[in-house]
Amino acid sequence: MLYDIRLTLTHRYTQPAANSRHLLRVLPQNIAGRQQLSSHLIDVTPLPDHRTDRSDFFGTALTTVTHADPHLEMTIQMACRVALSPPQTWHDTSPRVPQLLDQVTASRDLAPSSPAHFLGPSHRLAPDNAIAAFARDATRQGETVAETTIRLGKALDDAMTFDATATTVDTPAAQAFAQRRGVCQDFTHIMIIALQSLGIPAGYVSGYLRTLPPPGQPRLEGVDAMHAWVRAWCGAEMGWIEYDPTNGTLVGTDHIVVGYGRDYADVSPILGHLRLSGAPVSKQMVDVAQVGE
Amino acid sequence: MQTKPLAPADPIAAYAQRAGGRDEMLDAQGNVKPVWAPFIAHFCGLSPDDVTKRFARGDQYLRDAGVLYRQYDDTVSTEREWPLSHIPVILQEQEWAEIAAGLTQRADLLELVLRDLYGENKLVASGQLPATLLAQNPAWLRPLVGVKPAAKNYLNLLSFEIGRGPDNKWWVISDLVEAPSTAGFALENRVAMTRVFPNHFAGADIHRLAGFFQSFQKTLFEMRGKAGGEIAILSPGQMHQNHAEHAYIARYLGLLLVEGEDLIVQNGRALVRTVAGPKPVTLLWNRLPGALCDPLELDPASLLGTPGLLDALRAQSVKMVNALGSGVLETRALMAFLPKIARKLLGEPLIMPNIATWWCGQPSARDYVMANSPRMMIGSAFSTLPLMASTNVPIDAAQLEHSGAQLVGQESVTLSTTPTYENGSLVPRPLSLRIFMARTRDGWQVMPGGYARVSAGHDAKAFAMQRGGKVADVWVVSGQPVPKSSLIGTTTQREATTRALPSRAADNLFWLGRYVERAERNMRLYRAYVARINDGTAPDAPDAPLPRLLRSMMNDAIPADMAKGFSAPLTHAHRAAAKIGDRFSPDGMMALRDLVSLSNSFHTRTLSPEDLPREISTLLRQIAGFAGLVHENMYNSDGWRFLSLGMSLERASSMASTLAYLTTPTAPDGALDLALELGDSVITHRNRFSIFADPASVLDLLALDDQNPRALRYHITRARRHIAQLPGDQNTHRLTAVARQVLTLETRLATASVTDLTPDALLEIERDIWALAESLTAAHLV
Repeated sequence: MLYDIRLTLTHRYTQPAANSRHLLRVLPQNIAGRQQLSSHLIDVTPLPDHRTDRSDFFGTALTTVTHADPHLEMTIQMACRVALSPPQTWHDTSPRVPQLLDQVTASRDLAPSSPAHFLGPSHRLAPDNAIAAFARDATRQGETVAETTIRLGKALDDAMTFDATATTVDTPAAQAFAQRRGVCQDFTHIMIIALQSLGIPAGYVSGYLRTLPPPGQPRLEGVDAMHAWVRAWCGAEMGWIEYDPTNGTLVGTDHIVVGYGRDYADVSPILGHLRLSGAPVSKQMVDVAQVGE
Repeated sequence: MQTKPLAPADPIAAYAQRAGGRDEMLDAQGNVKPVWAPFIAHFCGLSPDDVTKRFARGDQYLRDAGVLYRQYDDTVSTEREWPLSHIPVILQEQEWAEIAAGLTQRADLLELVLRDLYGENKLVASGQLPATLLAQNPAWLRPLVGVKPAAKNYLNLLSFEIGRGPDNKWWVISDLVEAPSTAGFALENRVAMTRVFPNHFAGADIHRLAGFFQSFQKTLFEMRGKAGGEIAILSPGQMHQNHAEHAYIARYLGLLLVEGEDLIVQNGRALVRTVAGPKPVTLLWNRLPGALCDPLELDPASLLGTPGLLDALRAQSVKMVNALGSGVLETRALMAFLPKIARKLLGEPLIMPNIATWWCGQPSARDYVMANSPRMMIGSAFSTLPLMASTNVPIDAAQLEHSGAQLVGQESVTLSTTPTYENGSLVPRPLSLRIFMARTRDGWQVMPGGYARVSAGHDAKAFAMQRGGKVADVWVVSGQPVPKSSLIGTTTQREATTRALPSRAADNLFWLGRYVERAERNMRLYRAYVARINDGTAPDAPDAPLPRLLRSMMNDAIPADMAKGFSAPLTHAHRAAAKIGDRFSPDGMMALRDLVSLSNSFHTRTLSPEDLPREISTLLRQIAGFAGLVHENMYNSDGWRFLSLGMSLERASSMASTLAYLTTPTAPDGALDLALELGDSVITHRNRFSIFADPASVLDLLALDDQNPRALRYHITRARRHIAQLPGDQNTHRLTAVARQVLTLETRLATASVTDLTPDALLEIERDIWALAESLTAAHLV
């Protein structure tokens, strides 16, 4: 599956912003056997005084730009082509949930994909009793970690309503859960807390979603902006699986990965710091077009 | 000594009765240890009255030197006196050498561990450390993994908290790596102690402390190397409990004191914003918790850090003492693994053990902790505080099972006691020693003594100053005379050039000047108001024309609120001065503190209208004393210039507005005399003009006179001279915008006649002065 992806991010400030510094995480990753990035471009206007491109701890492509002079608006444009391989056939080789903890505790791995990083809590995500109770009620004892993850994701998709007006980027997960409304970021945060409350390592995935569905299938929720979903660790043998709770589905070839983190703060598309200025108003436009099989 | 009944006449016997376990002063038989004997003999020879006087002298010294800490009560924080325990802790040189050897080994071990935690992670890969101990640890800073520090070593300054157990051995209680605090005040403890026991020090062969600081200062300058650039202490700011110490040590070592907002990062270089533009910083001595240092890459909630600082570290353009992220070494649970790691990495056991610790993430350790729970303390695995200082939670087996990875058990240790003086007698209190170490060219150097923490109660839970704990000087006694050394008088390492003035410090100095001047003006207005009410000339005094006019000049304040007109600006002034403790003399701080407390007393004391003018006059004399201090005692640096500029611009603008009010043709009778009174120029006017004031004579004296330090023109001229001295563009003959503005203003006043100075013209001049202050701020202070 071949995609052309385009993103335009516009930040408009209430007063001219000087001495600004922004971290951008918008470029899809290369993932061996799954996702291949070819031509790509990130363009920032006004032209930054300084720009560096590198990877962060979790392997996400990170662009840092600084602007010394005052400016009222900043635009980031990303264009790239990504080839996705067909998903591997599903074999559930995950252990039962109680056996998972011993595997994590025994881990001698601190590499970015080690489950040890994803046990919580993190900057944005604290344990929550209501979410933990939901997770207990929604799952069944004796099932495997993969089964539990899917059952929980479905339950969450059923319980929650997608509502772009109900929350903001700063809304705590517990509050979004209490009102049972939110966007992909909220669905994802809630599911991470839920999985972690069961002892399953879980992380945040930021990325893109194909804009138009294949013929005969419904258009997915959350296509107009960058998307987010969950990954859960299913033991040393099976590794990570990814689940999109906003759409109640396992991740296949409709999802293109930008980066992994513990929560939104680790992978937010744009993170900025300005001296002496109000909060910016931002706008996102995303287009993910399939250009080949 | 035989066991004797309690004899109040013998303070040592009384003390021995109270001391139960291991004691610093007494040996196991209850005899005073030889190393303590000379001091105890000296102390017991003093009368209680003498003791009180001596202790007061020490406390007075600390107050005068600005040695204090901040105490928090919910939202407010206040300055508190430094809690010096006036009885020293005395140790033999030999014992100290053993402590130093143990801790030097530990310092080398910690360096190796830290390198691994941010480098190859072999300790985790080989099973020496559990992965989750780092992965779930907020102090392990992921963005710094793989970032090689520019400095040769990760660690250059360390401190340790150690305590003596019942077995007479010293144990490490905690490793203080990230922002080891209060080393600076060890010096002041010592000076205070020489005030308390002046005749004892000579010939007592007590190791001196200043040499340690000399070596560390040298280390810092050598670390910076030939590259130049500023060496700065990165401080969490004035609200932090140790800010006074940060300011003190910056002054003492000749370093720049900066806060996160003083720094910017451009093109991978850290720069400090100064009044002369951004200047490179090449070495940072960090006193901030690591996670707060960069809100973009670390804790996004941090308001204290510098966005982009990690980029500068990555680019190796700035060195940091200690390497950012080193706080992970303070993790309590690490103590469970260090003994084994020492054998693995160093090939030898720890010379000085740390408190026995079990990480409850492992089933065997968990079981051990449960089985031995009566002598265990349980607490967070990731906390960096010594467990005994925190509140202990009772052990809950289920919790231990479920969240063992977040918990440690530590063996409770009964610490040795040392004498403190309470209510006229010596009482034993648990103590811990804080040992400071700095890396020098010749390896780790240990500060010989200086700092012990003494609990406020019988157990070890009350070490914290916030909970009443005290600080004692530690004397390491040599068998022979010790060499003298002090930083005072040594100039080799001092910067000969003038140091950069951070914009924020300049801004605080500028506002300090303005607030003090504003307070002075409002004192004069208030005094004039009260005097006119007291005058009895008008039966409905507050509504008589002059009092009414005065009230409008005080923003229509009601009489009950008028004292706020000066107490509030003085509080602001004090706050501004506290933020720049490293650049403001302890004398100046004391003068300000006195002013604040006296002006606040106007709200609490009931003063009769007859007493008020005299009370305000006292305040005015004090504030004149402060201004005198500024202009007679402060070095004429850029900092002083901004302070003086603040005073001049505030005084000039308030004089412009006062004259606009009082020289208008519709002003009530007595307005011109009032102007002379507010301008403190009644006598000068009488000498230079006729006895009756007219608008022309008042304007001449208070607006146009260049010799009268109360006059508008005098201060504009002074401001012009200051501005000419400020750093600017040296490569052009053209004036800066600020210099042009002030020259225009001065010219206007120099060429004006009194008839030009209509009230409207005066108000225009007032606006011009504010515009000048704004330009000054934009050019130098942001």
